[in-house]
Amino acid sequence: MSKFKFKKSKNTPEVSTASLPDIVFMLLFFFMTVTVMKDDTLKVTNELPNASEIKKLEKKDRIITVYIGKPEERFQAMLGTESKIQIDDKFVSIENFGSVMLEKISEKPKHIRPFVTVSLKVDKTASMGLISDVKEKLRNINVLKINYTTYEGDSFQNLLK
Amino acid sequence: MSSREEVPKVNAGSMADIAFLLLIFFLVTTSIETDAGINRMLPGDGESVVIPQRNILPILINGNDELMVDGEVIEIKDLKELTIAFLDNGGEVPEGRNYCEYCQGARDVLSSDNPEEAIVSLMNNRETSYGAYITVQNELAAAYSTLRNREAQRLFKTDFTSLEERYLNEETSAAEKIKLKEKIKMIQGLYPMKLSEAERN
Repeated sequence: MSKFKFKKSKNTPEVSTASLPDIVFMLLFFFMTVTVMKDDTLKVTNELPNASEIKKLEKKDRIITVYIGKPEERFQAMLGTESKIQIDDKFVSIENFGSVMLEKISEKPKHIRPFVTVSLKVDKTASMGLISDVKEKLRNINVLKINYTTYEGDSFQNLLK
Repeated sequence: MSSREEVPKVNAGSMADIAFLLLIFFLVTTSIETDAGINRMLPGDGESVVIPQRNILPILINGNDELMVDGEVIEIKDLKELTIAFLDNGGEVPEGRNYCEYCQGARDVLSSDNPEEAIVSLMNNRETSYGAYITVQNELAAAYSTLRNREAQRLFKTDFTSLEERYLNEETSAAEKIKLKEKIKMIQGLYPMKLSEAERN
């Protein structure tokens, strides 16, 4: 009989999972802080172009977002593939655009109405025709502050087809 | 009465599951949305004025996203340099009323008189793609900010963009903001952005 007996455990030692909740919580808090809840369900394709000379949009309450792009596939049977305007959750025709915008502005508190900024989120494949029309309509209703919302990046990537 | 001394422990084993559930929820709903872009002011309804041809830099983008500046077809990557040369030209004679002292351009008589009068005219076709339009807008903005940075470096030993950043920073004190605003206004006055987007008739 040997004096030293090596205890050989039959089971492999378990990894402690006690810190797992902490790790998960850390991840959770990260995602909670970076999450921006989507306000609108997109009905148009919306791949924004890249630009480098961008400024952050301050004061969220003054912003009205206008989406422009091709209708998504499920709407294409009805609406075709021409670029369309989407405000909130609805498609808006260019004829009604001015009145819808005025309605949106009248929902804002009175003191910020003169400072409303229109954030144009336009798909990079859209053609300028519709955008020129939109800008003309905005001029007609005297909403002059606009922002071409883009991703940050190299603007020359926009030219790649 | 042994139960008085021992507080029963809550089983924390399911904590991880709960946290995972929440994590997955946020993972799914997350869309890192962008809230930055190129700011522009649309022109109001104004009267049209006659501007000498040399003070206008006409930029045309056609339906195939090709670029023509001042009657010559160019690549978009050359646009920034051309715009800087045009804005910074300072073609007015030294005795002239609007002589530009700080300009470092070629002082070509056929190009712009001074930055305050130089106007970039951007024209696009209905078929121009938005991507190309934004690239051009971006290059024009880059040209202006290069010149403004240069002047800010000369006058205040700092970049114009960092002046703006500090102005927009929430932590900057009100007194400093007033000073910064003055500086920003001054630099903007040296190179005012005059971008005209004429409709095509």
